[in-house]
Amino acid sequence: MDSLYTVLIAMIAGALRVSTPFLFVSLGECLTERSGRINLGNEGVLVLGAMVAYATSYETGNPWIGVVVAALAGALLGSVHGAICSLARVNDVAMGIAIMLAGTGIAFFFGKPYVQPTAAHLPTLPLGFWSDAPQVRSALEVSPLFFIGIAAAIGMHWFFRATRIGLRVRIVGDSADAARALGLGIDRIRLLATAAGSALAGIGGAFLSLSYPGSWNEGLSSGQGLMAVALVVFARWNPLHCITAALIFGAAGALGPSLQTVGVTKGYYLFYAAPYVVTLVILAATVRPGRSLRGMPGELSIGR
Amino acid sequence: MTTALAVEAVGITKRFGPFTALGDVSLKVAPATVHALLGENGAGKSTLVKCLLGYYKADEGSFLIDGKEEVIARPADADRLGLGMVYQHFTLVPSMTVAENLVMSRADVPAVVDWGKERADLEKFMADMPFKVSLGAEVGTLAAGERQKTEILKQLYLQRRFLVLDEPTSVLTPQEADEMLSLVADLAHSGSITVAIITHKLKEVKKFADEVTVLRRGRYAGKGRTADLEPADMTAMMIGEPQAPASVERRGAAEAEERLLVTSLRTEGDAGRAGLDITKLAVHPREIVGIAGVSGNGQKELAEVLGGQRVPASGEIIVGGEGYTATRDEAQALSVRVLPEEPLRNGCVPRMSVSDNLNLRSFDRDAKGARKFWLNGSAMTDRARRMIAAYGVRAPSREVPIGVLSGGNVQRCVLARELDGEVKLLIVANPCFGLDVKAVAEVRARIVAARNAGAAVLLISEDLDEILELSDRIVVMHDGKIVYETPGAGADAQSIGAHMLGSH
Repeated sequence: MDSLYTVLIAMIAGALRVSTPFLFVSLGECLTERSGRINLGNEGVLVLGAMVAYATSYETGNPWIGVVVAALAGALLGSVHGAICSLARVNDVAMGIAIMLAGTGIAFFFGKPYVQPTAAHLPTLPLGFWSDAPQVRSALEVSPLFFIGIAAAIGMHWFFRATRIGLRVRIVGDSADAARALGLGIDRIRLLATAAGSALAGIGGAFLSLSYPGSWNEGLSSGQGLMAVALVVFARWNPLHCITAALIFGAAGALGPSLQTVGVTKGYYLFYAAPYVVTLVILAATVRPGRSLRGMPGELSIGR
Repeated sequence: MTTALAVEAVGITKRFGPFTALGDVSLKVAPATVHALLGENGAGKSTLVKCLLGYYKADEGSFLIDGKEEVIARPADADRLGLGMVYQHFTLVPSMTVAENLVMSRADVPAVVDWGKERADLEKFMADMPFKVSLGAEVGTLAAGERQKTEILKQLYLQRRFLVLDEPTSVLTPQEADEMLSLVADLAHSGSITVAIITHKLKEVKKFADEVTVLRRGRYAGKGRTADLEPADMTAMMIGEPQAPASVERRGAAEAEERLLVTSLRTEGDAGRAGLDITKLAVHPREIVGIAGVSGNGQKELAEVLGGQRVPASGEIIVGGEGYTATRDEAQALSVRVLPEEPLRNGCVPRMSVSDNLNLRSFDRDAKGARKFWLNGSAMTDRARRMIAAYGVRAPSREVPIGVLSGGNVQRCVLARELDGEVKLLIVANPCFGLDVKAVAEVRARIVAARNAGAAVLLISEDLDEILELSDRIVVMHDGKIVYETPGAGADAQSIGAHMLGSH
């Protein structure tokens, strides 16, 4: 019974922690896809963001500056993706893979000197103060970025519903014909949406390297930027549903480590595969032949 | 209330490279009237209004709005003058509500939209309108007629005073079309707007328009008051010949055998729409069964299932006594041929040559229908040459990509390919969409000829006139189900229309 309790606590803690980067990347991907483009490059942005944030935090001693610089780096890489995809006959999926490789490559190249040193971490909020149990206390050390992510999701929902730019992003993403009839600059809006989306993904990267016990290393992301694409499908392109989706993925990701803490020594590594299995199951369950997806932006290249 | 504009185009010429789309065409639309712009596809009607609305820049000529010469270089100029257009393909955003679509169409959307206030304003606006659409409904879930109304409401909401309707009734049922056009005519005659309707339907011109201007091959071909003109006069102006080609007679009665038998066919629904749910549908040799229905009631899904583009959830399809799952081998063995809607998208490889596309059914088969590995280039060329000659395909050469041909010529190519050899079952979907009068007559004649030769024909069409003209038997689809069946001879358009709308 005790070990079950421990596993549950560890999973809740894990869900809160692991879900944060998922939340940011999926929100970023959601924004980009709602404008009618896919950005697989967010995997590269995540890794680059992690490296840049860690390096900045180490050099300046202030992790928050690291977060901001990671967002800027993401926006820059996103703009490159957005700009190149505006050219005639460029496929956004192929371009995304190129950006992904470029992002990770740049991060590995410039990140070498930062593998050893220790940078200042982001502070955490001690939400477990009410409990005497040390496990609960440590489990509820939640990063403020988690709450910023939740706020960003709610903000994005409002943005899509009640702001001029948000509605324009939706128009461009759902019907290029309608957008042209309204005289909207389709490429410009998509470029901005891609840049902003990648900035969010960059913040997700900053969380990876700057939240306790993070550090910068090359195996840091393990494909979370790509899983975010599946997560957005699961969330039906709704920013609020991204929160739930990220928590589910986070819990799945926390399953392996949690089992390890209670001394499951055999086969626990199989549970490390849980997020990938969840990704596969979700895609298989939601993307069936014979029907199209509700909520999918009409202009997405994979949907046409 | 706004007041209607007088619009005049004088000597408009528009060239695309060496091709003159419009040569010295003039048009005069009196305020508060309904003016029909009549002509076949490619006659230049759309080009003319696109120049007027600033989408194209006319090479020569000028526009007078309320008697004053205006330069219309961009769509924004047309907006400013109060000129608007309702397109054939809708420009509403499907995933947005009617309210969101209306508000976003405005030029002055505030940075943050106060939905409480906007909703109140919209309700007030809607209260003054002759027809209503639910503001909270997502446009993607509206029927075509409702969408068309929303497009028109959008133009009125933008305070347009001159409105062009591009083929407005092509996706509507007869009731919807009559209702919509009479509402528009009332609006015009009340003095609030001037309306120009682009169409090739003579009945509509006669019934709803006050005046008509006819174009033919980019040239002015005549005009007049509709009260003074007979449909035959207008046809003559439109095609340059005294009368439309006669339709081919259906000869011989249907046979008893069930060539196509569909039972308990179901598919999953798409995006909130109901899927197919067909209990029984049979087509006999030497019979054309017409499937009528409002766009989006399952006809497209049915054509996709029979053409192998969609997997049914359950049900049985039997062709000539054998099970059929629409694979290429089965289609070949059972002589099933398909003429899909939008043939360029559904029945061609746009970037492959005309010749290759004409050989898609047969390139890997020898004379006996067995598979072969090496292609026979000269046989393919011969076959392509024969089909091009027999069907009168106009193409710059056999080797150009089929995507560059006009709609009518693509349709001829697909017809040539599908009707080549023995045809036991022919599935046809919207075969005449976007074709001109002569091409329409030709395509219909070929379909009837295939029927007379013993093919069973399933004709799925959104054009009720076409179904009434061609069918031996008519069934109506609504919400994915077959709701009505009647013999083609003496069928009543009104009662078919009522079943199409699901009210009877």
